[in-house]
Amino acid sequence: MHTPVTVNQAELPEEVQDLSAVDWLRMYRLMATIRAFEEQVNELYLSRRMPGLAHLYIGEEAVAVGVCEALRPEDTITSTHRGHGHCLAKGARVDRMFCELLGKAEGYCRGKGGSMHIADPESGNLGANAIVGGSAGIATGAALSAKLRGTDQVSVCFFGEGALGQGLLYEVMNMASLWKLPVVYVCENNLYNEYTHYRETTAGDILARPRAFGIPAEEVDGQDVRQVLAAARRAVARARRGDGPSFLLCNTYRYFGHHVGDVDRSYYRSREEEETWKAQRDPLKLLRGWMTAAGLASPEEFEAAERAAREEVAQGVAYALQAPYPDPSEVTQHVYA
Amino acid sequence: MSTPSAAARGPAVGTVREITLAQAIREALAEEMRRDPRVFLLGEDVAEAGTPFKVLSGLVDEFGPQRVIDTPISEAGFVGIAVGAAMTGMRPVVDIMFGDFLTLAMDQIVNQAAKVHYMSGGKLKVPLVIRTTLGATRRSAAQHSQSLHAWFAHIPGLKVAVPSTPYDAKGLLKTAIRDDNPVLFFEDKMMYQVKGPVPEEEYTIPFGVADVKRPGRDVTLVATSSMVYVALEAAELLEQDGISAEVVDPRTIFPLDVETLVRSARKTGRVVVVDEGHRRYGVTAELAATIAEEAFYDLEAPVRRVGALDVPVPFSPVLEDQTVPTPEQVASVARELCGRN
Ligand SMILES: Cc1ncc(C[n+]2csc(CCOP(=O)(O)OP(=O)(O)O)c2C)c(N)n1
Ligand SMILES: [Mg+2]
Repeated sequence: MHTPVTVNQAELPEEVQDLSAVDWLRMYRLMATIRAFEEQVNELYLSRRMPGLAHLYIGEEAVAVGVCEALRPEDTITSTHRGHGHCLAKGARVDRMFCELLGKAEGYCRGKGGSMHIADPESGNLGANAIVGGSAGIATGAALSAKLRGTDQVSVCFFGEGALGQGLLYEVMNMASLWKLPVVYVCENNLYNEYTHYRETTAGDILARPRAFGIPAEEVDGQDVRQVLAAARRAVARARRGDGPSFLLCNTYRYFGHHVGDVDRSYYRSREEEETWKAQRDPLKLLRGWMTAAGLASPEEFEAAERAAREEVAQGVAYALQAPYPDPSEVTQHVYA
Repeated sequence: MSTPSAAARGPAVGTVREITLAQAIREALAEEMRRDPRVFLLGEDVAEAGTPFKVLSGLVDEFGPQRVIDTPISEAGFVGIAVGAAMTGMRPVVDIMFGDFLTLAMDQIVNQAAKVHYMSGGKLKVPLVIRTTLGATRRSAAQHSQSLHAWFAHIPGLKVAVPSTPYDAKGLLKTAIRDDNPVLFFEDKMMYQVKGPVPEEEYTIPFGVADVKRPGRDVTLVATSSMVYVALEAAELLEQDGISAEVVDPRTIFPLDVETLVRSARKTGRVVVVDEGHRRYGVTAELAATIAEEAFYDLEAPVRRVGALDVPVPFSPVLEDQTVPTPEQVASVARELCGRN
């Protein structure tokens, strides 16, 4: 457990002082959308209307939103099995996300990918990946590509701390550092590799790993979107300048099970731990608390944002539920380009 | 290693030179890199060293280290990087020094490269070529001698080329580079110095088009990569016995030119399939089954298979030479099929 802090009233980090109340409220709304989306996914799954697997991002919203806020539309991301938040934060639409989750033709992948594989090149999302650590190569390759094509695009690789166990990550960090590639490695440490605490699987000091490759690495309070955004802006600016990769270790927590069916969690974590994070370290509450104290928004504005998020989600899921499935003949389409 | 007969040669248009398979590969790469700035090379010791087989010698001088990139010894890492680069507008050609090392990059090839186009509902594509080797008899033992091409032909989303001649290698590699899908391109490491006619003029060879390397009447020998030379030598031996053998080279095992294989099988009624991968669950099994399914009523005898012995490739020449199909072995199986043993 990290030391619980209540609303952080500290000075805003320098990198985010240019942002207005409108910007912070927009980020609040986006976090609320992700949360409402995931609550709806949970509901769909439990009511057996959604097939397959679902890994909820609730509790971790500030990481995706803070990092993606530092990006331009043409910048790229790769995501994980717990990827809905990344996709939405990079610009995916709620209705088409639900279509994909339900295997419908209007889904981002025409129903061929599902929850763990949403890709949307138009918003710069090169795809979620169901192989833990599997997208580290793709993200680093997108950065090499940006460099070879002479653009100043930046590539972000999201991964859980479980991916720290994969050799691929170290192979590509080595090359990213050697070749000064514009890539940011964002490790979302939610404390658990599935049902096992990361301290049982991860030796030594995590930050020492990227640093061994000469990659600047910093630990970030992943529940505070202001800190995430500030760190992401530092890393993205460095990448865009051509100075090479960075590594952000974002400390966070998932409120629900590893996947929707992971209900009895008592054998790997306590209810008390869960309640402490929800009560004291919630990313929406933290942002709202700070904005309220700083006089940046009224209670009505937060409620309006939450209501709008819920409505967007309700409309999106209603649309997806009645949307058509792909024609069965599509099964053999898209095997080859 | 014998050279293919006249029928195996490329069309004699314009100036035709004799060049090695290594030179043919290098020419294909250089031409495609001149034509398309998105094409670049990536792999271990590909730049100044030009690979241990010297196939890429000189390319870095023309194209510079930005386009001929030496990597660390990280097969998974640089294949993954190539997949990401391919997804974002580049056309990488990766060099995996020995085909045996593909195992290190299997996730990136099978779970990533092969799946991206399909999983994204057609939105993303991976125009990637992975060049690597197959083939034994170089006295390199079990970790530098395998022929693993069958594994990749099993995976929807991948294409697999197994050229046998300099002419085919050049034309197929150019096609591979222009293809929008991941292509595994296998070169038999014992063939790099094999010479053959290659026209000066530019040409490409489409995938999925088999080539009859030698026409014949009595038995069909379907052979891949360097096994084409084994089959051609077997055909010479058979001719001495009055048996006319047709040698068919699929050139790509996926896509597969079923039509040409079946046409030949129907004509001769007898088929031997030869491939240097292990016999069990291998390319020979797939080709034999396909021919049996499609040409059953025209066959005079069951389709026979000749593949590598199902053992890890041993070092000692006395042992290793027993593991690879030989012309004598192929001829003997063909004679049996023709009732002439
Ligand atoms: C290569 C691989 N091994 C195992 C799995 C099964 N698996 C799915 S998620 C997961 C845990 C991942 O933990 P982490 O990376 O911390 O991500 P989190 O689920 O905590 O977001 C495992 C083991 C997998 N998908 N891929
Ligand atoms: Mg985790």
